[in-house]
Amino acid sequence: MAIQMEFRGVTKISGPLVFVEGISDVGYNELVEIRTSDGDMRRGRVLEVSKGIAVVEVFEGTTGLSTTDTSIKFLGKPLMLPVSDDMLGRVFNGTGEPIDGGPTPFTEDYRDVNGLPMNPFSRDYPNEFIQTGISAIDGMDTLVRGQKLPLFSGSGLPHNLIATQVARQATIPGEETSFAVVFVAMGIKHDEASFFKRSFEESGALKNSSLFLNLADDPPVERLLTPRCALTLAEYLAFERDIHVLVILTDMTNYAEALRETSAAREEVPSRKGYPGYMYSDFASIYERAGRIKGKKGSITQMPVLTMPNDDITHPIPDLTGYITEGQIVIDSDLHRRGIYPPINILPSLSRLMKDGIGKGKTREDHGPVASQLYSAYARSQDLRQLSAIIGEEGLTDKDRAYLRFGDAFEQRFLSQRFDENRDLETTLSLAWEMLSLLPESELTRISDRFVKQYYRPK
Amino acid sequence: MVMGIKGKIRRISGPVVVAEKVSGLEMHELVMVGKDELIGEVVRVEGDSATVQVYEDTVGLKPGEKVLGSGMPLAVELGPGLLMGIFDGVQRPLEVIQRLTGDFIKRGIKTPALPREKEWHFVPKLKEGEVVSGGEIMGTVQETPIFEHRCLVPPDVKGKVVSVAKEGDYTVEDIICQVSSEKGMLELKMYHKWPVREPRPYMERLEPSEPLITGQRIIDTFFPVAKGGAVAIPGGFGTGKTITSHQLAAWSNAEVIVYIGCGERGNEMTEVLLTFPEWKDPKSGRPLMERTVLIANTSNMPVSAREASVYTGITIAEYFRDMGYNVAIMADSTSRWAEALREISGRLEEMPAEEGYPSYLSSRLGEFYERAGRVKTMGGGVGSVTLIGAVSPPGGDFSEPVTVHTKRFVRCFWALDSALASMRHYPAINWLTSYSEYIDYVESWWNRLTSNRWRSQRLKAMEILKREDELKEVIRLVGSEALPEQEKLVLETARLLREGFLQQNAYDPIDTYSSPEKQFVLLDAILNFHDAASAAISKGVPASKIVDMPQLTDLAKLRMAIENERIDEIKKFSEALSAEVKKLTEVKF
Repeated sequence: MAIQMEFRGVTKISGPLVFVEGISDVGYNELVEIRTSDGDMRRGRVLEVSKGIAVVEVFEGTTGLSTTDTSIKFLGKPLMLPVSDDMLGRVFNGTGEPIDGGPTPFTEDYRDVNGLPMNPFSRDYPNEFIQTGISAIDGMDTLVRGQKLPLFSGSGLPHNLIATQVARQATIPGEETSFAVVFVAMGIKHDEASFFKRSFEESGALKNSSLFLNLADDPPVERLLTPRCALTLAEYLAFERDIHVLVILTDMTNYAEALRETSAAREEVPSRKGYPGYMYSDFASIYERAGRIKGKKGSITQMPVLTMPNDDITHPIPDLTGYITEGQIVIDSDLHRRGIYPPINILPSLSRLMKDGIGKGKTREDHGPVASQLYSAYARSQDLRQLSAIIGEEGLTDKDRAYLRFGDAFEQRFLSQRFDENRDLETTLSLAWEMLSLLPESELTRISDRFVKQYYRPK
Repeated sequence: MVMGIKGKIRRISGPVVVAEKVSGLEMHELVMVGKDELIGEVVRVEGDSATVQVYEDTVGLKPGEKVLGSGMPLAVELGPGLLMGIFDGVQRPLEVIQRLTGDFIKRGIKTPALPREKEWHFVPKLKEGEVVSGGEIMGTVQETPIFEHRCLVPPDVKGKVVSVAKEGDYTVEDIICQVSSEKGMLELKMYHKWPVREPRPYMERLEPSEPLITGQRIIDTFFPVAKGGAVAIPGGFGTGKTITSHQLAAWSNAEVIVYIGCGERGNEMTEVLLTFPEWKDPKSGRPLMERTVLIANTSNMPVSAREASVYTGITIAEYFRDMGYNVAIMADSTSRWAEALREISGRLEEMPAEEGYPSYLSSRLGEFYERAGRVKTMGGGVGSVTLIGAVSPPGGDFSEPVTVHTKRFVRCFWALDSALASMRHYPAINWLTSYSEYIDYVESWWNRLTSNRWRSQRLKAMEILKREDELKEVIRLVGSEALPEQEKLVLETARLLREGFLQQNAYDPIDTYSSPEKQFVLLDAILNFHDAASAAISKGVPASKIVDMPQLTDLAKLRMAIENERIDEIKKFSEALSAEVKKLTEVKF
């Protein structure tokens, strides 16, 4: 596929799409260079090809292109990203070109950004506990190395703070390993991007980070490539350089919007809310690039961030994400309004891989049952809070009132912590037992008696 | 079909390729596309052009590259070597692919499904001179320590046996039987091929009669499925579809399990691969993997192979059924399959029906679920395929097309509920919205086990749970203190049923599997308590005195405390508890 072909003039321009006729020997999904009349160079890819005609999607948009003065060059290969260790500590644009003034990374190693599906047979099961220092995550919805665990948030909520706190504090207790952060910005605002850059600089994490920035005013088509470029680097670092990589993708909602926009331009049949029918497969081609491989030392852990349109968890973006990722951490506007940080609502949150990352030899033997008991007790306290709003606390039994006290303490003392507070797991679990000790012993049905004897200390 | 039709690619759009100059290609014929010879299947024929869905990534394909017909429909290989295997959606073994291309799957890999070099110890069952027809057993192979593979005469063969191989070790390519038929001399091997989209033939359909025991209390006791039945498990994300499917695959008393991971997470397949060899079959004590076939087409693998994977799975299941076995097949998730249909339909520019799904969604679902059933096989035995399909409705909304259409073709419905899941009530099967139409079929089986009390006890427990739901509405208005004493007891019994019976911990070594005997004794214990307490309350004992009894905490934990082998202790506990409750009537309040 090494032959490069150049054509002058295009037939039709529509939205981000350019139609080129009279072509031959052009492959599906190959990379295209487009030169405008004033010498400006843009890039695109082949979306559809039939005899003599190709449909090209232009990453930087078609503004300023004309049908006569545009020349098109087919490069005979898909978009390739150069990868090397030097890319840590650097900032790139949405298609992987440096924008920090530094040199282009020197390497011969170019990778197809679309990646290849990992063979399920080669995967190693994620089961190593990552301590984030946040009680709500470590205690209730534990993150595991190689997992993909998204933050479901809403507009105006502190998801960026939580993501940076995780990036800064994440460790595996008692282990010294090389650790890198690949940060992917998709359609976020300039000040959000500079917040991330600054907090990476301040914590000294920047030298172990790569930033890929596609901001809100960058072309949406380019946004579709940004996570793929970043994950191509992450795969190289994890599976060839033995590094444990944490990938933060923010904001997947903007990515999905870009997907919808280009799908509409292609005149495809839409499914729910105008999003394309293949959005699930498309999301999967990003999220499934997390994981571990047998016999390889590195790993990719993903923490995507998405803002739920209208706080609606059944919206296609969070919905399809939730079906692919291994759980979700839900950030709640009600808790946020009440001044609780991090405002994580544990009830709809879940970590599917938690069970394999905790327990004897990993965290503590009572971790699983304690989390389960906290869940059910907190759920009950929330029901009772609603009930007492109607009938008043007097209408409740003593046991019910104990649950109400538990619910308040859980939010104020267990969930709440400072942005710079890094709690180890022992602290989190002893706090958890303090909370459970507010309940009568007979209520602890999910915990076996020997743990109750060991840790339960009612006042 | 005509062999070796050769044409050219005209157009490429995602997984859909249009080929020209290919007159003679048939619908659903397997074709090779491009210079890498990617596998595809013909989905539309028009004049001398044909539309092909390609099962691999089409990046770099060019118009003008070749398209080759194979003269065969998409088919699977059926023979020894299926069990303990993990295959992709078009039955390529993932273990071999790993050896060939490393940890990431590359394109254009051609490898046979069944190992060619491995020798199996074949014991013949046929004799020379016998007249045989399709579906009869040629001989057997001990495929794994717990599974006897019965090599079948292919369904379309009929004739007289000319020679049979002697007992000994053979590969699947060795000829083990020669049959002279009207079509001439046929050479049979231990395996044969069968097209995936065509149901395998059987003699007649039989009524379901026996429950598929899964060891999951809410399923076996409340919403049982019969062997040969079809079930749907719908649920939003995080409600435990996959864990429930894993539990069923692990503990069902079927002889063979086919597990299809259709468009789901890669790590889930890894979990199955790691845990099944560790988990032991309760009957034989052997690893569960020895009776399991895995089909994995994870969400990042090509979408059209996802569409094929459910057919690959069900055809393999039917093959084991034809040996006279009870087979359970889990498809997780059928929604991903439907979405693959939608995606390909969109690329074919077909007119969409509801939510962009093609109008033939319903008939495809119907055809698929109808491949479940209990049958008299061609060979004269009895076998069954029980089909359990997970459904992933967007937003947990059961009114979406896949759930609605699926409901028309299944007779058992296990509705997963996100409210239960967020309380960590697992399995999160909602007892008010789920149903089973197999109760009449399995009743006699349970009655034999429980001296005719199963149905009435089941009904009684359901009534208590329904009553609790109604009372919750009342409590929302007036609080629980204002309820009559008997109603307070209903609430407590319902809690005990929920926490002590319906909830089941898949990760607790004792609780993960409940024998049918234990299920009934547990249910009995809770209902006996209810009767004793109800009697005490009508004699004037306040409900609060009963509800506060410390033994109730133990009653709720019996499911985890007492193994299947020691259920007599549950009976003893229950008797002691009833006596304690009775004693309360002697106290003055």
